[in-house]
Amino acid sequence: MDNILSIVTFIPAIAATILALFLHGDDAAAQRNAKWVALVATTVTFLVSIGIYTEFDPANTGFQMVEEAEWLMGLKYKMGVDGISVLFVLLTTFIMPLTILASWNVTDRVKEYMIAFLLLETLMLGVFMALDLVLFYLFFEAGLIPMFLIIGIWGGANRIYASFKFFLYTFLGSVLMLVAMVAMYSEAKTTDIALLMTHQFPFEGFNLLGIHIVGGMQTLLFLAFFASFAVKMPMWPVHTWLPDAHVQAPTAGSVVLAAILLKMGGYGFLRFSLPMFPVGSEVMTDVVLWMSAIAVVYTSLVALVQEDMKKLIAYSSVAHMGFVTMGIFAATQQGVDGAIFQMLSHGFISAALFLCVGVIYDRMHTRDIEAYGGLVIRMPAYALVFMLFTMANVGLPGTSGFIGEFLTLMGTFQVNTWVTAVAATGVIFSAGYALWLYRRVVFGDLIKESLKSITDMSSRERLIFAPLIVMTILLGVYPSLVTDVIGNSTAALISNYDTALAAAETATQVATSH
Amino acid sequence: MIQADLTVILPEIVLAIYAMAALIGAVYTTKDTLAPILTWATAGLMALLAFWIATNGDGVNVAFNGMFVDDGFARFAKVAILLSAAAVLLMSQDYMTRRGLLRFEYPLLVALAAVGMMMMVSAGDLMSLYMGLELQSLALYVVAALRRDSAKSTEAGLKYFVLGALSSGLLLYGASLVYGFSGTTLFSGIIQTVHHGEVSLGLLFGLIFLISGLAFKVSAVPFHMWTPDVYEGSPTPITAFFATAPKVAAMALFARVLHDAFGGAVKDWQQVIVLLSVLSMLLGAVAAIGQRDIKRLMAFSSIAHMGYALIGLAAGTVLGVKAMLMYLAIYVTMNIGTFAFILMMERDGKPITDIDALRQYSKRDPGKALAVLILMFSLAGVPPMLGFFAKFGVWQAGVDARLTGLVIISAIASVIGAFYYLRIVFYMYFGAENEEPIDTRSSPVLWCALMGSAALMLIGVFYQFGIEGAAAAAASTLVN
Repeated sequence: MDNILSIVTFIPAIAATILALFLHGDDAAAQRNAKWVALVATTVTFLVSIGIYTEFDPANTGFQMVEEAEWLMGLKYKMGVDGISVLFVLLTTFIMPLTILASWNVTDRVKEYMIAFLLLETLMLGVFMALDLVLFYLFFEAGLIPMFLIIGIWGGANRIYASFKFFLYTFLGSVLMLVAMVAMYSEAKTTDIALLMTHQFPFEGFNLLGIHIVGGMQTLLFLAFFASFAVKMPMWPVHTWLPDAHVQAPTAGSVVLAAILLKMGGYGFLRFSLPMFPVGSEVMTDVVLWMSAIAVVYTSLVALVQEDMKKLIAYSSVAHMGFVTMGIFAATQQGVDGAIFQMLSHGFISAALFLCVGVIYDRMHTRDIEAYGGLVIRMPAYALVFMLFTMANVGLPGTSGFIGEFLTLMGTFQVNTWVTAVAATGVIFSAGYALWLYRRVVFGDLIKESLKSITDMSSRERLIFAPLIVMTILLGVYPSLVTDVIGNSTAALISNYDTALAAAETATQVATSH
Repeated sequence: MIQADLTVILPEIVLAIYAMAALIGAVYTTKDTLAPILTWATAGLMALLAFWIATNGDGVNVAFNGMFVDDGFARFAKVAILLSAAAVLLMSQDYMTRRGLLRFEYPLLVALAAVGMMMMVSAGDLMSLYMGLELQSLALYVVAALRRDSAKSTEAGLKYFVLGALSSGLLLYGASLVYGFSGTTLFSGIIQTVHHGEVSLGLLFGLIFLISGLAFKVSAVPFHMWTPDVYEGSPTPITAFFATAPKVAAMALFARVLHDAFGGAVKDWQQVIVLLSVLSMLLGAVAAIGQRDIKRLMAFSSIAHMGYALIGLAAGTVLGVKAMLMYLAIYVTMNIGTFAFILMMERDGKPITDIDALRQYSKRDPGKALAVLILMFSLAGVPPMLGFFAKFGVWQAGVDARLTGLVIISAIASVIGAFYYLRIVFYMYFGAENEEPIDTRSSPVLWCALMGSAALMLIGVFYQFGIEGAAAAAASTLVN
């Protein structure tokens, strides 16, 4: 298949169009049909995307399965994957059928709900495959629309505030990135990402409004992209939209948000910031590393005092993303490998944790930790699953969470010992909040009247968790499944980064000696 | 000689003679009963002329010693003006009939305004500029006050007239200064005096007054005060007309004057346009937040959009003019769809303009709600809708012309502006239930306009019907 990337990207969109055009009515039969169409479409997408994985050649560090066509305004429709993006594509196609399954109980506007998720999948896949700046931006930004609607229409009580905050926060970050993209276009005369990676953007310092900008244009471009990706990640201190969005979003929305949408920020750093603005990245490295360390510690502490389960997991996501940014900007092989690994593993674990909350929320319609306790008595299977993912979230060896944290910490240790030391305390805090949450919800006596008739997981719910459990443990004991695929690409990324920095160093020395 | 001149100006003559003949015919025969036929006939003639201009014209033709210029730029603008005017006429017919507003003068006044606009975009001389501008404005003053028994409508007409007269005065004063210091009213003559040496202080004064007068017509801040009141007071179809064709004409005229007459002094007018652009974008974005009336909201939205279009003009390059033309074409298309929806909004036969009435509209009519959603996101400039590419184009031109600061301000303004477009989506999709829902009666024309314009916002991402090439060609004939 020559166009496998486009096929994978647009299967969900086609399914969404079919739903929109041909499915009428809102009775039970129509609702069931909508769910089945969405499930089949996402499953087919996943099956086809396995073709990408088998066809992918890890030894090749360039872009593979590239498709190119002319588009409007001198832009190109160009898609391709490399070692950095291919696994994110698979993560997306893997998670989506599970989210559809998790939404089986939705009754309000089911057709629109499924259309929103299917379109969202297309847009997310497009982000990871686009090889044209503007095409990337288009997918990146368009994803806001379905997510805005998902939170706004199917969300909780305070959904309006959350949806507006989500949209405007991320939109502000993104438009700054768009301005930077326009500036890159006018500087490099191309929007092709592969060409831009080899283009050297000017890094001579200059004065702007009386401030000397070290690293010149590269630093400014870096900051503009940083504004967008840091919000998306999200990094402290621009993370505040995330807990609101998570708490108000429906379960499936939270899952997609945590498992995939957050990864776009990290992917963006790896795709744009490091390779295109090496000098700018280098200038900002210390700031970003410390921001990450603060994020890890601060948000872990905040997570400790949360009353709402989703909020707690949301803050724990921010903390885990702190490890990711730390690993990326350490710019060492272990650091970057670890960051990608952590993102993938967090994709499975956070998805599972939000689904765990969803399971009991569906039964009790509350997310207050206070309202639970002693669930292990009535729900042993649930207690087991929840424990596994709690442990994975803590980073227990043998689960994927451990590998990611360990690699990022090791990668960063070679660059900045203090940051690593501070961030490592986050591992302990994470054990604190996660285990305490588990203890309050699952253990203790089952004294609450309302919980006495609660039922254990249904077979549908077990079916959702099974693949996530397999992946979490598989990656925990056999991490080379990931590192073999990404290794060569990250090695090339790091060596290009180091070469570019060395070249910039020489250029600066030559300039000053003259 | 005369015959050659008349050939160049033939489309304008045809439309003008049609309008006058129809006026006489209607007065002496059945008057208002003819109005529906006249509406369709006028729209048909306009569409025909647009087709004629788009397919037949080529090269640069100058008539009447340079007073009238027919080039690619003028043709692009004329096609946009005629098509949007025709679309608005068709959309308004049902609305006007049911409210007893459809007098036979209405289509003919719109036709005369269109003649004026065609004159404006082809002006090669300060005199023909003023002639076109006044023909357009006078026709618009009258249609704004079309609902004679409504205080708001007459107020709108009067306000528009008084402020319009003021701006004409400014413009004329500027024109006389320019004439005094350059010795000619021909653009081709003025640009000679600009090219040779410095721009004299008097000429600069004249230029500033000209810009002020034109800024009034495009409703750029600080010359925007009339816009919300006139938009709100006029009957909705008239508002739809104000928001489309005259905006294109005025922006095109703006570009024509600045490039054809003052093309050598880009640095002198660039900073003025930048200021107008910044103020329009920011005020348009901020002031619209408080509006509950969708027509007022669209007024501020149009102010903001003109600010974005002005970025293209401020760039002072071919790329900039091209981006501006694209912006206008896309903006007009979005507005036609949006106003088609506003025309549908009613309760018990009375038009409703309160956005509160839209609560949970998506449950009652998912199809139309989806179309409005697409239009709102497009107006906000969110990809993948076409509105994003409009913004992308002007930003690209802006950055290329080293106006990065302006582009960053416009990026921030677009985020602020996104809020009120989102709020309409919010009301339609997840607002609280409304006790008094609106019914949206839709005539087939309105339905087609709404759905067509929403569909274009998506289709345009794949295929733009050659507009881009036409805009590029048009821009390169103007800027040299």
